[in-house]
Amino acid sequence: MQTFFSIAVDAFAYGMVLFVISIGLSVTMGLMRVVNLAHGAFAMIGGYIASYAAQSLGLGYAAAILLAVFGTVAISIPIERLLYRRIYGAPELTQVLMTIGITFCIIGIANYAFGPTLKTIPLPTALQGSADLGFRSIATHRIFAIVCGLVVAGALWYAIEKTAFGVKLRASVDNASMAAALGVRTEIIYAVSFAVAVGLAAFGGVLGAELLPVEPYYALRYMVTFLVVVSVGGAGSIPGALLACLLLGGIDTTGRYLMPEFGEFFFYLAVIAIICIFPRGLAGRVR
Amino acid sequence: MKRVVIAAFAAIIMGSAAYADTIKIGVVGPFSGPFALQGKNFKAGIDAYMAMNGTTVGDDTIEVIYRDLPAPDPAQSKALAQELVVKQRVQYLTGFYFTPDAMAVTPILKQANVPLVIMNAATSAIVTKSPFVVRTSFTTWQTSTPIAKVAHDAGVAKVISVVSDYGPGVDAENAFKAAFEKEGGQVVEAIRIPLSTNDFSPIMQRIKDSGAQGVFAFLPSGPTTLGFVKAYSENGLKDAGIKFFAPGDLTQESDLPALGDAALGIQTTFHYAVSHDSPENKAFVEAASKAIGSPAELSFPSVGAFDGMKVIYRMIEATGGEQDAEKAVNAVKGLSWTSPRGPVSIDPESRHITQNIYLREVTKADDGTYYNKEIQTFEKQGDPGLAAAR
Repeated sequence: MQTFFSIAVDAFAYGMVLFVISIGLSVTMGLMRVVNLAHGAFAMIGGYIASYAAQSLGLGYAAAILLAVFGTVAISIPIERLLYRRIYGAPELTQVLMTIGITFCIIGIANYAFGPTLKTIPLPTALQGSADLGFRSIATHRIFAIVCGLVVAGALWYAIEKTAFGVKLRASVDNASMAAALGVRTEIIYAVSFAVAVGLAAFGGVLGAELLPVEPYYALRYMVTFLVVVSVGGAGSIPGALLACLLLGGIDTTGRYLMPEFGEFFFYLAVIAIICIFPRGLAGRVR
Repeated sequence: MKRVVIAAFAAIIMGSAAYADTIKIGVVGPFSGPFALQGKNFKAGIDAYMAMNGTTVGDDTIEVIYRDLPAPDPAQSKALAQELVVKQRVQYLTGFYFTPDAMAVTPILKQANVPLVIMNAATSAIVTKSPFVVRTSFTTWQTSTPIAKVAHDAGVAKVISVVSDYGPGVDAENAFKAAFEKEGGQVVEAIRIPLSTNDFSPIMQRIKDSGAQGVFAFLPSGPTTLGFVKAYSENGLKDAGIKFFAPGDLTQESDLPALGDAALGIQTTFHYAVSHDSPENKAFVEAASKAIGSPAELSFPSVGAFDGMKVIYRMIEATGGEQDAEKAVNAVKGLSWTSPRGPVSIDPESRHITQNIYLREVTKADDGTYYNKEIQTFEKQGDPGLAAAR
């Protein structure tokens, strides 16, 4: 029983870290219909900015996170205006080719500017060490990640489902020309959504840095995991992504604990099974 | 008499001047991609050696040609080696960070009449594949065996082994198990985890549940090591008194700033620490730091490269610049010298380097940086892996 709880706690923590990083990708792929393979690169930029801010500028953790999120968004604005705008609505292959190209450019620049070594983001004392849950201890920053994940999930769901902006966004996604005819400025809607998605990527990059350390190949190394989460959850669905993260986190963690020799066998087996039963993902919308 | 001497000198000078040549050395290593840091260290070691010992041997000028192999790729490795031999006409092949890449090249050595000096690839068996292979790095068996004695001496009787599921990881597991059981200890469980593991918390739980007093670990340096070491301290294993033993790959110098306090007190055994206290190492670190640009990036492959060049220079000296792989390799069999890592020699039978293995502990220096502090020396260690393979 203790083992069960122990695995459950690990699974939950891992799942929430995955969620924070992947949800931005779910937004771009599901709502904006862009296969953004540069998502991991944006998360990495966030990590580098936070690391630089904390290590070289001596800023606090909160300030480093803010700088990372807004800095990454600032970097992404010209990229969106000059490059992404051309591929909205383009065939998927075009999108894949361009975004993977952007990823390689960012890897090269990061390698040149910051070198190939691992970069860390020092945690504030409040998040260091571990907390005692009674039956086991868990790293404090994991609890922080869980809380952040839940807040992000709630805020996004509210913004998309309950606000006027969310209504316009869903309208633009379903039928851009009709929405434009009704006076919705789709360009601005897309730009804002893209900025939010990139900001979330950066936030996730910083938050997950303890688990997925920042280095130049971050941008490609974890991309498969992020894509799997989005496709299992159903692109564009926040509850779907949350469910997928918890489910996959749980399967992965349990598999690793009980039978580490099998590696990621159970993880991918689960992915195949879920995709067979739900081809559009757990909460994917019928198009 | 005087005239004869002068005439003889003139003859030597003119004679050898006629033979003065450019000798090319081909280096294959990861100079871009995820392992670029290791390739950079190759280059730093080579540059340092050439800066300290000149770019000529006798009358021959040495030219180094680099070929980039970003990730393990045996087919590409062989293609690059062939190109170097056939088109560039290199007389020596060297470098090679990954075992499969080095293995792929061994079949062409005889026909090409080219010796292969391995600067890193650490699987024992490579030297048996061709008589023209010499290695100046280490093997995983060589560095993982002494730590078993350290664990036993620390009063640990039960150890759980956790390694990444790939060649060197399996080597490390076997080496540790063999040595630890010989000491009278018990490996209660041996876990192999996939290379792509990000979250090590479940593994830590498993270690705790196993009831072992210590954990032996081997993972490739970089993100996985960082995750593992952090998880080790965060999940309370460090506080629970479960000791951590590993070969030095886990605490290579370029990773230490990122590992930070989480690595403090971890004991590893390895053939080289950048902090090694000797005049030879001081001179080497100074030259290599200059070559690599940022001293914080200096790590163990640089010393393998440095000594690799030493061996190649000796080969060129012995053959007088002629291409003769057999003569070249024979000339370095039994060669011994003082390397930046300490006294070393080339074992005449295996053509692998015999060297001291040091027990080191990650320590914080007065200026706040972390380093591997050598605390014990295991002298003249050969490669136990070859004997085990037989």
